[in-house]
Amino acid sequence: MTDLNIYITKEEVQSDNKGLLDGEKVAVKDNLCLKDVQTTCGSKILEGYKPPYNATVVEKILSEGATITGKTNMDEFAMGTTTETSYYGATKNPVDTERVPGGSSGGSAAAVANGDVNLALGSDTGGSVRCPASFCGVYGLKPTYGLVSRYGLIAYANSLEQVGPIADSVEGIAKLLTVISGADENDHTTVETEATDYTQFCEDPQAYDVGVPSELIDNADEEVKEAFWSAMDKLESQGFSYEKIDMPSVEKAVEAYYVIAMSEASSNLARFDGVRYGHRSEDGDNWNENFSATRGEAFGDEVKKRIMLGTYATSEGYKDDYYDKAQSVRTQIRSEFSSKFNEYDLIVTPTMPVKPFKIGDSLDDPIKMYLADANTTPINLSNIPALSLPTRESDDLPVGMQMIAPSFSEPRLLRAASLAQDTLD
Amino acid sequence: MTNSPERVSEDDVHHIAELARVTVDDEEVERYIEQMDKVLDRFESLDEVKVDEEREDQLENIVRPDVIDESLTQEEALGNAEETKDGYFKGPSTN
Repeated sequence: MTDLNIYITKEEVQSDNKGLLDGEKVAVKDNLCLKDVQTTCGSKILEGYKPPYNATVVEKILSEGATITGKTNMDEFAMGTTTETSYYGATKNPVDTERVPGGSSGGSAAAVANGDVNLALGSDTGGSVRCPASFCGVYGLKPTYGLVSRYGLIAYANSLEQVGPIADSVEGIAKLLTVISGADENDHTTVETEATDYTQFCEDPQAYDVGVPSELIDNADEEVKEAFWSAMDKLESQGFSYEKIDMPSVEKAVEAYYVIAMSEASSNLARFDGVRYGHRSEDGDNWNENFSATRGEAFGDEVKKRIMLGTYATSEGYKDDYYDKAQSVRTQIRSEFSSKFNEYDLIVTPTMPVKPFKIGDSLDDPIKMYLADANTTPINLSNIPALSLPTRESDDLPVGMQMIAPSFSEPRLLRAASLAQDTLD
Repeated sequence: MTNSPERVSEDDVHHIAELARVTVDDEEVERYIEQMDKVLDRFESLDEVKVDEEREDQLENIVRPDVIDESLTQEEALGNAEETKDGYFKGPSTN
């Protein structure tokens, strides 16, 4: 049996508590702090780092009785769409081991697809839960920004990211979301919401009126389009109605996303200087030289490029050109979604415009990889939730369908996905 | 020989790397520069965007009272550092 390289650290952490996750095994992405267990973010710079605390979501799953199976592989600092930028090697897609599992939460999605666990935690900044869920043929949710605490999630782009559940069923998504959601004093970007049992919505499957943006389907691969429309037709027979719509603002989503994410990353990763934790270089006689050597030695290529591009985009003379314009695009996309949600209950797209790449194929062409995020990035920019579900309409490789809803409409997503699960399974 | 980039020169890349405190050697600069140039080329599609004069911000700043609460012990806080001295983190010399 091929080693899929799912885990960076395989170490079981059990809880004495009993609760909603009693008897459940959960795999946890390696950018979420697990106390006293190596947490690396897929990087050499945190090799050997053992956090002195648990992330809030980790604390919550342990207090509900979960057994954590280990820390899963990921693109370095969550920067990637294939899990190939990890310092610890690529993860193989269990469905086809010559292909990538998607990224950056590839290890978590592979753990679920491989049957090691039913539930896993990932993080999603520009698609990093939904993409691997799509490529591995499982379910993945990016919650509304502010629904789930980011305390203990080692930051890449903190205005965009959320911790999200990955599971082999809609019920699994709902159960994990119930446990991890909720306001947290340690993360003031979380929003006060009523404690909700999301599993109840799985018992209330419902059909909805759907808009499908032409910008996010017309340029997809033929096989993706076929699988998507075939699934939509089946949903139509169950009461969903759909129409093609235009959403021109999303055409700049990828550029706006990367400018914002790289800018935030250049700031968030400034903390890795080797003094308080992590790798420390032996070179460099003074503060600046030693920091530069530490970071130069222990960050991978993709991370270095993004830090530099982010530094450039926020530097004097360029901020107006890049960062401010990207934020304006963000506002436009958010408004366009809002106005479409006045006419449609859900907006639905293929999760990824492409099928899973072969391992090694995408690394030389960063633009090709960035454009693969075209369908997922508009959602992070708008702070709204989206759920990827497997269509099971493709003969060989998985094709995911992405359902998008207004802020805090996870109940609607779960109702829709439950009906879809029954219909498409 | 690769096409020379239009938007960033090798000197630019070295300068940015210095600002970001990330050492890059000549081989890396050569490898990165073409890709970075392509990315900046795509970012130029943002040129046509009009910047809103009033951007709506949905998030309010939230603060908590400045009251001492439980935190890490000194031992826990120092636990991952490569060099410590008398309860301090020990860093490289400042100059």
